[in-house]
This record gives sequence, structure tokens and C-alpha cells, in this order.
Amino acid sequence: MADPMKIRAVLKGDTVDVRVLMNHPMETGQRKDGGGNLIPLHFIQEITVRLNGKTVIESQISQAVSRNPVFSFRVKGAKAGDKLQISWLDNKGDRNSTETVIG
Amino acid sequence: MIRSTLSGTLLALAACTSVTIGEPPKLSERDLDEVYSALKRDFHARGIATMSRIEPDAAQRICNLHRDNPPAELAKPIEEAQLKAIQFPAGDLLGDWKRGQRIAESGIGMQWTDKPGPGGGSCYNCHQLSPQQESHGTLGPSLLAFGKVRGKGPEMQRYAYGKIFNAKAYNLCSQMPRMGHSGTLSEQQIKDLVAYLLDPASPVNR
Amino acid sequence: MRLARLSAAAAALTSVGAIALAQDTRKEIEKYQRMISDASPVELFELEGEALWKKKQGPKNASLEQCDLGLGAGVLKGAYAHLPRYFGDADRVMDLEARLLHCMITLQGRTRDEATKRVFGNEDKLSEMEYLSAYVAGQSRGVKMAPGMAHPKEQAAFELGRKTFFYRAGAWDFSCASCHGEEGKRIRMQDLPLLFKPEYARPVVATWPAYRVSNSQFKTMQWRLNNCYQQMRYPEPNYASDLTVALTLFLTATGEGEPYRGPGTKR
Repeated sequence: MADPMKIRAVLKGDTVDVRVLMNHPMETGQRKDGGGNLIPLHFIQEITVRLNGKTVIESQISQAVSRNPVFSFRVKGAKAGDKLQISWLDNKGDRNSTETVIG
Repeated sequence: MIRSTLSGTLLALAACTSVTIGEPPKLSERDLDEVYSALKRDFHARGIATMSRIEPDAAQRICNLHRDNPPAELAKPIEEAQLKAIQFPAGDLLGDWKRGQRIAESGIGMQWTDKPGPGGGSCYNCHQLSPQQESHGTLGPSLLAFGKVRGKGPEMQRYAYGKIFNAKAYNLCSQMPRMGHSGTLSEQQIKDLVAYLLDPASPVNR
Repeated sequence: MRLARLSAAAAALTSVGAIALAQDTRKEIEKYQRMISDASPVELFELEGEALWKKKQGPKNASLEQCDLGLGAGVLKGAYAHLPRYFGDADRVMDLEARLLHCMITLQGRTRDEATKRVFGNEDKLSEMEYLSAYVAGQSRGVKMAPGMAHPKEQAAFELGRKTFFYRAGAWDFSCASCHGEEGKRIRMQDLPLLFKPEYARPVVATWPAYRVSNSQFKTMQWRLNNCYQQMRYPEPNYASDLTVALTLFLTATGEGEPYRGPGTKR
């Protein structure tokens, strides 16, 4: 299981500026280990952002994105006290999710 | 009013004991000893990088004392002594330029993370060599078309070999490391680099 | 709320790869650097550093919150910008890492060995020192760099740092000035700032510690000096030793007056 995501959400007016660090090896499936064997493909496929339970961003990314991706985005229509949830699903079926309250 | 003048004076006094910024210092024998002692105290051996590497030799000492610009009467004897100490191989000094290219590109060797034995020459760190390699440094002069301009005769081979083995035999305070003298490159590796520089078939000369 | 579908290209996701660029694509490098700074994980490392600052550790089960970084116990705002400086309780000049180490030992009761077991991290996990350095340095954003230069030991450290910068030694006869001593030079494709001149030192001291995009690692000044000496083919410097602090003081004093920009983002 992955480490909890580090998240920073700053509210400016009605827009929340979010930055989240997702720990993930994001293996391309093309690298070789010390023994010359291919390291299997292992990457985040989907990232979903929900505001107060309602999906506001649904994204699909590929193994072209490097390890420990940083996702930076803005959501309009947010206010203090809103719950912001970021979750991801990878190609092995592993999931991770983090929730923060916009302050 | 008085208070602000007083603090202004104190600031000025503090500035009087200030240090020199922006200028290289002129190092004395005592300064050399001070830095040497600090290196001995605050460094430790690791892997192949032993503490003997910080023992100063004549070339380093003279260059440190004279900001890399010593008077000729001090520099010449040391240059000559180093030139005499270069181990020139017998016979042809042209090796294989293809191996030479790999040696020139490689930046490993001689670090505390490296295994013992010959590594690379790190030549592209400082020099331009082949016109196709854009990722090159500018700390040293461009060596583009080195052999094309100078030919590959025995005199030039000897010069190129000697420069790589010990650049300081030719110019005491050169910034170029002494690749043979320091044990960084083997005799064969230097020959391969000589070929990379002088062989008409080498990319450097095409 | 509109549902936004984003492709990998559109989302501000950092992606790295070894990019070989020629001299005339310098503008592209600068554009890349700006984009990367915009979505840097540095602030997230600062959050982790804050948690470690407040975490009770060691035999004394204490946090670092009472650590005096030079402006008083627990005072963080502006502290990094005033380092390195002399500390009476240790009777030596200390940089950020030396001082953090001092607090780990004295406040938390930890040993030097334990606290320095893993000072340089990797892309999977930063070291405790790296997270803490990000946090503390971040608290000096906007503050002008003003290391200690009045105390005799500070001035002696500056002079030692300055002399060492120009002192040639090691298997390859290098000094710092061998690479950082002439204007307009580069090693491979990496430009080399003339670090003993204020106009070059200023932007450098204002952006360390820093995140290196190409390998996803966060690095401190102690690491930077360590890595330089490795490449200079010297033996290894002792972590947070007087000589490393002297060099950092020399560089910081040369860049004095520059407003600190916060932990930086580099190639």
C-alpha cells in the first residue's frame, strides 16, 4: 500500500489552489533491474477529484508520467469547510485516497 | 536623531572589520597550512578515495601560492621534473579511437563510489571533441579537428600522450587533471584517446 | 460543477526524462524550469518537515520546537536567512544542518550516529534532515540573506571558506575555483556560476536547499558540497563539519542581501 498523499489546498476567493504529491513508482515497463530483468509496468491510471462527494475532475494518465507525480489544479466554486478528496487507481488495482478540509 | 547616528556609527564600525568579497585571496604559506590542516581534520577516507589525496605536491603548492600564475623560474623546474617522470610507451602511441570515444564520454572512475581500476576520462565534461556531441563543456579549449589540423606523426602522438598523462608538465598550473600521473587512466586508455584525437577516421577529425 | 476530463498533457503533471539539448535551446530550458517551479512538490516536503519539527523523538521524548536557530528558541521566521552564524552554546559557527543536528542531540537526547544515519535521502523518501531543511528554509521566504559576520569566529570561518574555495588539492588538483572561477563556463551542459562574485552567488544562495527535477530528489547544501567533493576526486567531507560550514558561510556572505526565494527547483 502506498504512503498517504501530501496535499496543500489554498483558498483564494471562491477558487481553491491544490497541489498533491502522490507516491508511486510509475514504472514504464521498460526499465531493467540490476539482474537485467524488465521491471513490470506499474503506474497510476486514473485520478479522481471530488468536492463534497461530487466528482469535479476525472483524469487518465499513462506510464509516461514520472515517479511521484505532483498534481496541481484549481477548482472554482469552493468555500471554507468543503471536503476535497483525491483518489487514484493504478494498473494493478491498487488504490489510494486522501481527504482534506478546505480551510 | 542621536540614536540613529549612534547606530549608524556602530554599523560603520562593524563594516570596518569586514572581509574582502569578490576577489580571490593571495595565499601565504601559513594559509596553505591552515587549509591543509582543516582538510585533514574534516575529511575522511571512503572507498578508493584515501586521505593521501590531500597531501600537497610541489605543483599544487606553487600554484596555490601564486594564484595559478607562478614566475617562470619557479614553474619551469617542476614542469621539467614532471615531463621526465612521464612513462611514454615504446612504439606506436595510436590506440583504438572507438574505445577512445567511450573513454572520453565516460564520467566515472576515481570517485569514492567507484570501483578500483581505470575508469573514464571525463573529457566531455570540459572539452568539445566530436562535432556530433553537443553535450560538452567549455572549461577547456575545443579539440574539434585536433588531428586534422596537426597530423598524426610521432611528435604529435607524443605530445598528445604527454598532455593527457600529465598536462602540468607542459603548463604547471593547468586546470586539466593529470590523467596518467594520478592513476585515472591506463597506458592503453591514453593511447585510445590519442587515436580519438589524431586518427583521421575518428569523428573528431571528420 | 462541470466534470473536467483531462488528458495527461493538459494536467499540470510533472514529467521528467533525460533531455539532451544544444546551446541554442537555452530558452526551452528556462521555460521548462518555470513550468516545473509552478508545480513543484517542495511545499509538500515543507509540510512533512513541519510534522517532523513537532514530533516527539529520542530518549528525552521531545520535539524540536524549542530549538534555537539563532533568533530565539522556536523562532522560525527569518532564521534560515541568518545562517550560518556563531552559537555560544556550542562555541562554533553552524549552518542549518549543523544546528538541527545540535538540537536533535541536546533537546531530543539522540546520538550523532543515530541522527546522521541517513542524512541524504532518495526519490522514494527524503531524509529527516531534508524534510526539516525544507520546512525551516521555507520560513525565510522574502527575508534578505544575512549570515553572521560580526563575531571573530564568523569572520575566521569566512576567511577559511574563502581560502579553501581557491585551494587546489585532491587526485585531480581541483579547487572550487577550477569550475566556479571563470565567467561563462559550463561543465557538460550545466552552466557554472562564478560563485565568489556577489552577482552570481546571490541567486544561488537564495534557492538552496532545492528539489532536483531530473531525479525527483530534494537536496541540501551539505549534500551539494559532498557531491562536489566526490566529483572533484577528494576523500569525503565530514557531515556538518567546520570546513563545510566555513564554505557555506563564504558563499552565503558573498550572496548577502538577496531576498530568499524559498527552497528552489533545479534541473
